[in-house]
Amino acid sequence: MSYGTIKTILVLIGLIITFGLFGWRMYQLLWINLRRGQPSQITRNWRERFKSIIVYVAGQKRLFRFLIPGTAHFFIFWGFVLLSLTILQAIIEGLAAFADPHFIVPVLGTFGPLALVQDFFAVFVIFAVVYALYVRIFANPERYKGSHKEQGVLVLIFILTIMVSLLIMNGIRINLGVDPIANWRPISTAVGSMFAGLSASTQIIIEETSYWIHLLVVFIFLTELPIGKHFHVITSVPAVFLRNLDPKGKLPAAPEFNGEVGVSKIEQYTWRQMLDFYTCTECGRCQDVCPAYSSGLTLSPKLLMMDLRDNLKETGKLTASKSQDGTPIKELVGDVITEEVIWACTSCYACDQECPLFIEHVTPIIDMRRYLVIEGRVDDELQDALTNLARYGNSFGKSARARARWTRNIEPKIKDARKEKVKYLWFLGDYASLSPTLSDITQKTVEVFQNVELDFGILYEGEQNSGNDVRRVGEEGLFEMLVENNISEFNKSKHEVIITTDPHTYNTLLNEYPSTNGKNRSVLHYSELLDQLITSGQLTFSKKLNFNVTYHDPCYLGRYNGIYNAPRRVIEATGCTITEMPRNHDKAYCCGAGGGRIWMSEGEITERPSESRIEEAVQLIGVTDFVVACPKDVTMYRDAVKTTGNENNIVVKDLIELVHAAL
Amino acid sequence: MNIVVIVKLVPDLVEEIEISESGTSLDMEWLRLIINEFDDHALEQAILIKEETGANVTVISPELEGVDDILYTASARGADRIIKLLGDFENNSNCHALAKALSTLTSDLQPDLVLTGVQANDDLDGSVGPLLAEYLGYPYVGYVAGLKIENGKSRIKKEYPGGLVAEMEASLPALIGIQAAESPPRYVAISKVRQAMKTADLEEIEVSELQASGGPIVERMYQPETGDRATMIDGDEEEVAARLIEIFKELGVL
Amino acid sequence: MNQEIYVVIEHLQGKVSDISYIMLSAAQNLANSINGKVVAILLGQNAQILANDLLADNLIYIDHPELTEFTSVAYQDTLTNLIQANQPRVIIFGNTSIGSDVASVLSARLGLPMINACHHFENSQFVSQICGGKIMVEGIIPEPTAIITMIPGGYKPEEGKSDHPPETMSFDPPPIEDLPVKLIGYLEPDTGDVDISNEKILVSVGRGIQTEDNLELATELAEVLGATVCASRPVVDQGWLPTSRMVGKSGKIVKPKLYLAMGISGAPEHVEGITDSEVIVAINTDPTAPIFDIATYGAEVDLLDLAEILVEKIEDE
Repeated sequence: MSYGTIKTILVLIGLIITFGLFGWRMYQLLWINLRRGQPSQITRNWRERFKSIIVYVAGQKRLFRFLIPGTAHFFIFWGFVLLSLTILQAIIEGLAAFADPHFIVPVLGTFGPLALVQDFFAVFVIFAVVYALYVRIFANPERYKGSHKEQGVLVLIFILTIMVSLLIMNGIRINLGVDPIANWRPISTAVGSMFAGLSASTQIIIEETSYWIHLLVVFIFLTELPIGKHFHVITSVPAVFLRNLDPKGKLPAAPEFNGEVGVSKIEQYTWRQMLDFYTCTECGRCQDVCPAYSSGLTLSPKLLMMDLRDNLKETGKLTASKSQDGTPIKELVGDVITEEVIWACTSCYACDQECPLFIEHVTPIIDMRRYLVIEGRVDDELQDALTNLARYGNSFGKSARARARWTRNIEPKIKDARKEKVKYLWFLGDYASLSPTLSDITQKTVEVFQNVELDFGILYEGEQNSGNDVRRVGEEGLFEMLVENNISEFNKSKHEVIITTDPHTYNTLLNEYPSTNGKNRSVLHYSELLDQLITSGQLTFSKKLNFNVTYHDPCYLGRYNGIYNAPRRVIEATGCTITEMPRNHDKAYCCGAGGGRIWMSEGEITERPSESRIEEAVQLIGVTDFVVACPKDVTMYRDAVKTTGNENNIVVKDLIELVHAAL
Repeated sequence: MNIVVIVKLVPDLVEEIEISESGTSLDMEWLRLIINEFDDHALEQAILIKEETGANVTVISPELEGVDDILYTASARGADRIIKLLGDFENNSNCHALAKALSTLTSDLQPDLVLTGVQANDDLDGSVGPLLAEYLGYPYVGYVAGLKIENGKSRIKKEYPGGLVAEMEASLPALIGIQAAESPPRYVAISKVRQAMKTADLEEIEVSELQASGGPIVERMYQPETGDRATMIDGDEEEVAARLIEIFKELGVL
Repeated sequence: MNQEIYVVIEHLQGKVSDISYIMLSAAQNLANSINGKVVAILLGQNAQILANDLLADNLIYIDHPELTEFTSVAYQDTLTNLIQANQPRVIIFGNTSIGSDVASVLSARLGLPMINACHHFENSQFVSQICGGKIMVEGIIPEPTAIITMIPGGYKPEEGKSDHPPETMSFDPPPIEDLPVKLIGYLEPDTGDVDISNEKILVSVGRGIQTEDNLELATELAEVLGATVCASRPVVDQGWLPTSRMVGKSGKIVKPKLYLAMGISGAPEHVEGITDSEVIVAINTDPTAPIFDIATYGAEVDLLDLAEILVEKIEDE
């Protein structure tokens, strides 16, 4: 039997084993497991979806948020795409070897420009891989904590091996004169020249060895691909293609499984969510920006995804209610994912924003919260807040009549939107109406509105908590109750636009409240309103404040709803200059109050997110004011300024205070 | 084992309370009612016993504004039967009347244990628990903050001031006035309550005439003068601290 | 008509409680208006000595082994007998874990009208406090016999004390047997701790303290003031302080020179424990908190900030 025949047989056997294993694993993971999941509604919107593939997969856009690692991955990705053709080439050569040991594959082996690109990409990939290995082995950043670094290192070594063996193979073939497009491979030529001094027979041995190493590593890589984090190589494209195109601030409806709400078992997630769990590459970018993780709590979005993925795979293997050795299976909620992790999330969306593959981390957490709420497993403080919300419509436990007490001394009396027609219905939210910390700011807001003769009114006692954070806490029933109340109040009142000073309220009114009479609700955040009034000339200023300020993007205004510029224009219109904090716009760092966290006990934290943010702000030279546009931010940051002892360094001001001062 | 829980609605002290025109009773129109906190604990205690021993829990509450919600919530918490007593409880009732109204129904249910809150904030003529106990002929112990059922007897922890606790034993059937359940009342999700509204059977039972006797003769109800309110110290924390130190010195404490 | 005013004395583990003296003082007050006589009713075993400082015109002492310590049915049955026999004008109980176990039962059993939560007497009328102290009720004590439970706050215990025991009246007790309620024993509260009822300066914390960590601030403040830390019920329920530090109806009644109430709303159960304080300073960000109705001084500032600043300033002194 000739060497060529042996080669063909071995390649064939390798292919069968590899694709067999690969196929079997794919079947298990994607077909069997995903079918255990609940159905998922994916919106059509094909144009946006194809665009996503181009921008985010081909363009690797989100990866560049981290410039150098992003560049490295760009080359590894494109290198993989382009050089996979060389693997195909090698396989075909192998299969044809029994007939022609020196078979040149058409196009793949003859098209010069392709070979040139491949040659250069091989080098780029090698550099990228070496850099990546350096990061994992020596730099060892925080974001890899908990990730399977060994898998990463192993695969990088595989890729390195594949690249090097390819170049050696190509280089020696060029030496031996069997490459028709040798002129198109300068790199391979250079590599080949290192072996030029050896005898032809030695070179052939090295070349064939390289070939076998090349193929073997490829086969091993392929079979191991579905296991562990490199599965993202397969799932990333469908994951991005099928990403959620609903407004970010719109939570999906509460799933019901056999009449039960919330997720307590992995099968209660949708197959689309399960795809997300598979797609996590363990890169840790989400972990790095998570305020819960940074404050010392045990929640890491990355680890959460990994745990859910592992649970999905483990429970897939089990058929009985007990595992192999008779120990009872651990509960998903409480054991695998602890309650501390589930409640630690502030729903700030930084993780979802950062993830290059659009994995949704917040929604699975809220799904589990819904289950805990039904089971009554909430801490005392949260229980108090929810009981107060159900009973009084506010989380403070104050009588509903107390909601409008702040208006008592205001002249002229603010219009009652339930009785009079108004253009703008001002929905204040709990904090602006009931918190003593905010009363001054609410007063100033009124004065500004009166100054521009805005036609506005409020719902007085009719207003109840908008329910945004109630929903994020998992109490869907209470949310529905609050929505019913507020919608019936809206229907009583004749208004054109709803304005609010609270981004959380803004988010849910805009994205989650059902429309009345089929018409979408017109909702404005007051920063947008002020921006409009300034542009139209209705709001003018008599002085320039000349403060040097920094602006904090509220999570529900910025990341969730994309409003970054309106508040900044307003600040600049008052004559202030803005110095941005390092973490600004969609990288803004959450104050820690969201997701209902302001209603829960803090837990064992090492540094409050709000304190970290203030420390970030005081580093900015010359900045005297920390400007916010959310009442909870005012509360959290004013506290943080005190607890970090920065009273003499920076003052927390609401946007309206600047506007008021400049009138 | 059969447990009956009596739950009452009382004035919500978060809201304003007004006196009626006659000046001798509360203005029911203004009043917002809330579940008596101690009755809430009594219900929780009953559910805890149910979870431990598989007892059957019936909850009874008189017809007042908000009673349906209370009963459905009780059902969502685990109550097996929920009963609303129909009668003019808004205007013509007091603890004696309620206790009498409850006595026939309760004894018909033949409970081994009757639980209710030890007191309520509007108890002017006594408390429903001990009154009902007497009408039923059951022994009564109140201010109980721990309750276990063992061998047909109840093992009670009775609270005294200063943290002193007496362990007592009461033979069943008995009526216990609950100060606190062994663990605080659990949270019931609104969706569960709404579910109960659809599936639970809220029974209604008419009571014969209410007799609001047994209490004092009220001549006048009024709100105490808030004239002797505290002397408020104005200013921020710095200014308040300074004034306080002056006061402490005047007192001779510093 | 019999104008005897019975006061059912409360005692635990050999000590007469303050509410008993308060009731005696109240009874004197009422007796003056209706030309009545105050009769202290003492149930116990070998407990005659407890009557030594009771201010009353007469004493009825009933001795029985089953009455050594309080149990509800034993007291109910004994007193039923006594009341039926003597038919006094009024029987006063404490609105407590002892008195309230008995009063309503006797009202139902004997068909006697009952007045709850009486704060004081005005002439021959009662004044009760309901709805968390928000509503006062004034009225007539029904004839011929009525049962009253009393809350503290209207009279001082000292006013009910005497330097000699009252004259004894005899009474033949009924047999007491087959009691369905038995005392098994007492679980002592955490001993070895300070008795806050004797402390002169108290720094008290309520819900407003928010977290266990913040207790440190209160402890620091107490240290510089030479005070002791105590709390309202919610704080003790959380386990942040032992029950021996609880102030209020279920806790201790305190009578300090200075009571600093930080983040305490002023629920009646708590207020019951502090009305004897000389000066009450209330710190609460909620201007509608009922604590401000009974405090001497008040401030609507943040208690955590204030505590820090106070500690600094006092240390500077």
